[in-house]
Amino acid sequence: MQELDPTVFVIVFIEMLGPALFWLLVAGIIVTTLAFFWVLIRDRGLYSKRFVRSEIIGLFGGAFAIGFMQYITNSGFRDIGGPIDWVLVIAIFAAGAIGTTLLAYTVWSVVGGRKPEPDAA
Amino acid sequence: MGEHAARSAADRRRFMKLMAAAVAGLGGGAFFYGPGRSSVAAVRTSARIVIAGAGAAGLTAASQLADRLEGASITLIDPREAHLYQPGFTLIAAGLKSPGYAVSTTAEYVRRGVDWVQEGVAEIDPDGNRVVTSSGRSIAYDYLIVATGAELNYQGIEGMDVSLIGQHGIGSVYASPQAARTTFETMSAFAERGGVGLFGRPATEMKCAGAPLKYTFITDDILRRRGNRDKAELHYLAPQGSLFSVPIVAEKVRMLYADRGVETHFQHNLTAIDPGRQRATYATPTGTVEMDYDYITIVPPMRAIAAVRNSPLPWPTGPWGEQGWMEVDRDCMRHLRYPNVFGVGDVAGVPKGKTAASVKWHVPVAVDHIVADIGGTTSDAVFNGYTSCPLITRIGRAMLIEFDYDDNLVQSFPGIVAPLEELWVSWVMKETALKPTYLAMLRGQA
Repeated sequence: MQELDPTVFVIVFIEMLGPALFWLLVAGIIVTTLAFFWVLIRDRGLYSKRFVRSEIIGLFGGAFAIGFMQYITNSGFRDIGGPIDWVLVIAIFAAGAIGTTLLAYTVWSVVGGRKPEPDAA
Repeated sequence: MGEHAARSAADRRRFMKLMAAAVAGLGGGAFFYGPGRSSVAAVRTSARIVIAGAGAAGLTAASQLADRLEGASITLIDPREAHLYQPGFTLIAAGLKSPGYAVSTTAEYVRRGVDWVQEGVAEIDPDGNRVVTSSGRSIAYDYLIVATGAELNYQGIEGMDVSLIGQHGIGSVYASPQAARTTFETMSAFAERGGVGLFGRPATEMKCAGAPLKYTFITDDILRRRGNRDKAELHYLAPQGSLFSVPIVAEKVRMLYADRGVETHFQHNLTAIDPGRQRATYATPTGTVEMDYDYITIVPPMRAIAAVRNSPLPWPTGPWGEQGWMEVDRDCMRHLRYPNVFGVGDVAGVPKGKTAASVKWHVPVAVDHIVADIGGTTSDAVFNGYTSCPLITRIGRAMLIEFDYDDNLVQSFPGIVAPLEELWVSWVMKETALKPTYLAMLRGQA
């Protein structure tokens, strides 16, 4: 009898964030992902120096995601009560970090130009 | 191969549940699950369906019927313009949300094609298949869904009146979002001063039986945060012989109350209050007991509204009859004597569940039976007593308690979200996911 309808998730998230913010976020994720792959293709690979720096920015994004979640739920680290709570903290951190890393790398690559060609010498 | 495919499908479903709990991190318990929305074509009919009451259950029923029937006349009867998200009252009374958090409008959830009669229900005449509104208008029906909720009977406590909330150390979360806010201010003043705090529940059936327990935990937490816990004595007084109707939960709460230093008194029924002297009177098996307080949270006795109590619909005998709860089949919410009448939400006289989570499960079952009747088929939809209660144990933690008629714990995320653990994830659910899920339910989308 119990079924999980994935569309319910979408409906609940729309209800949670409001339709405008929800679709803006979805569009943002799609655009960032597509732009990331476009940059990869354009540069024929990952510019590792830029990516490592983006990952450092991503760490701040992960930390921000945790802080933001705690802020909107009026809670903090003292409320971590069991293993699933740590899983949730890690998942939020990972989502924030990965999102921010990709966003930072993509924006940087679009604004900052192509990966420099290795010296021909 | 077939077995393998079935196992893969089962694995995928399990994976989806894992995703629900871990990735979204919002859970929502079985609140996220549903009996499965029907993908069959709408049934054509000219049936007249009247829904008395446009609270959570009435609005959800109207939305689901509008989805599943074509050509039916669906009439909602309720005078209230404001819709109240009652599960949010505790958060308002904890000082975390403003009263506006729980207030929206009925109109925004009424589906196009559903006729909303903005009047009260004055009389229900199931023998004549009609409902009379407060203006005297008679509305005939082929099927009736009664969703008139529970009436707060503050007068059932001698000396008590809604207007006293916020004065003389009296709080009461239930009366309204504003009363919940006033309750926070009153409790907050107590948390500064300390003294004796009294909590408890009524002898009657009540909506959200976990709410008084939660508010005791929240008060304890706020006292601790302000460093004043040693200045206060907290007492929880219940007319029953346990803290919760589900034994395993009652036992867990007993342990938590012992840990928090909340003194428990069973067989204590609040019968009177003297606001001037700040004294509460309890009936006990050995006579009356008076207790002085600096702060008291009052949960009023509850009963069905007069139109239901005065109709032939309640149970004929017993406490449920006295309180006016409808005599419905606990498995399908159909009235036991009037087969074209259903009772959903708080008004249903069933053993468990006067919560929004129960509404989510009552309504599709009742709707399925009505649609089957209209279509000339039968329905095997069954309500198992499912109720959910994110039992807040302090600001920032809750236990995701879910259970059924048989006092079994029903776990939405077995092995992932432990029901009897105080968890942040359960709190996050309560704070972020429940209200959107609830609102989607009203619209018939969840």
